[in-house]
Amino acid sequence: MTGDRRDWPLYEVFLRGKRGLNHVHVGSLHAPDDAFALSHARDVYTRRNEGVSIWVVRADAITASSPDEKDPLFAPSGDKVYRHPTFYEIPADVPHM
Amino acid sequence: MNDSVYDGLLGGDSSQWAFGTDFEDPLAGVDTSVPAGIDAAELAAYCLMLGDDTLVLSQRLSEWCSRAPELEEDIALANMALDLLGQARLLLARAAAADPACVPSLPAGSPVPDEDALAFFRDAGQFRNVRMAEVPNGDFAHVVVRLLLFSNARLAILSRLRDSADAVLAAVAAKGVKELTYHRDWAGRWFVTCAQGTEESRRRLIDALGMLWPLYDELFAAHPVERSLAAAGAGVDPETVRAEADVVLDQVFAVADVPRPPLVGVRGRTGRDGLHTEALSLMLAEMQVVARAHPSGRW
Repeated sequence: MTGDRRDWPLYEVFLRGKRGLNHVHVGSLHAPDDAFALSHARDVYTRRNEGVSIWVVRADAITASSPDEKDPLFAPSGDKVYRHPTFYEIPADVPHM
Repeated sequence: MNDSVYDGLLGGDSSQWAFGTDFEDPLAGVDTSVPAGIDAAELAAYCLMLGDDTLVLSQRLSEWCSRAPELEEDIALANMALDLLGQARLLLARAAAADPACVPSLPAGSPVPDEDALAFFRDAGQFRNVRMAEVPNGDFAHVVVRLLLFSNARLAILSRLRDSADAVLAAVAAKGVKELTYHRDWAGRWFVTCAQGTEESRRRLIDALGMLWPLYDELFAAHPVERSLAAAGAGVDPETVRAEADVVLDQVFAVADVPRPPLVGVRGRTGRDGLHTEALSLMLAEMQVVARAHPSGRW
């Protein structure tokens, strides 16, 4: 590893809480490698007993949509209310809906 | 939706805190009677030995606050300092409960709890910590080496102490094992990283090892109180865990490709007898000054 902080890549940190089903993005940090990133995430983001599972991933490994593409990507779904499953009656004896 | 992702993670429930959020009495609701066959004064003396180790090392780690090379490591060191402080608090409270005579006397009506009286109103000569815990900080390699040597030895002791005849000590040990496992893991990873890093990081690591190694033997030198408590089933004789601690240390040294220094034996009186380096007095002067200036203060 290197001693120069500018060479440490950025990692994104995801935690799953005790009662959470999915990992939630909580922040980011710098680390020299994956193992240290996990350790840093434990030290920085789970001090108040927030998590039971940690994911870390290098920020440059994430492919993100661009704000410039917002309209072509997301606007077309704005007026298609019929995609929500709300146009039929749920029988009274179907549980957990 | 929650304003903060943490609200969602915690769900507004604070029951996850090991001791709630009320810190009035760390041993509230715990049976602190001394088991039959165990001398109360010896049990208190033993708790002070283990408790002073973690109290003094915690203070040294706290001195790193805002000075670590990286923000993430700064927090890691503070986390470990707080782990050790928590162990110290329980152990000093246990000492006071076992033998109230060991607690320094304070002005009548002072609200200072017993464990604070022990921490802030004893002089260096009354502390029973090993000297490894008290020597001044050096560079980052120094804190890595100190934590590796200390946490490895302490982990071996606490692993056995979980079976202590004293239920309070057993509970403190069970809590401490989880914490020290992480401390050793952290220190071991940095030990290897420094050793295998640059020429400069390796030089600093070897230098730190050379400075701290003469204090290593004292971690396993048994005081008569430790032997006596071990014989009664309440304590651990540190000499008996040395072999297993050394095995782990040798593994770290091997991966780091660092030669194990030749053994430097400890002779005569040690920190367990109240014989300390002058660094402890200076450290305590800073740590205790505010509490001593206000012996009836409420914090």
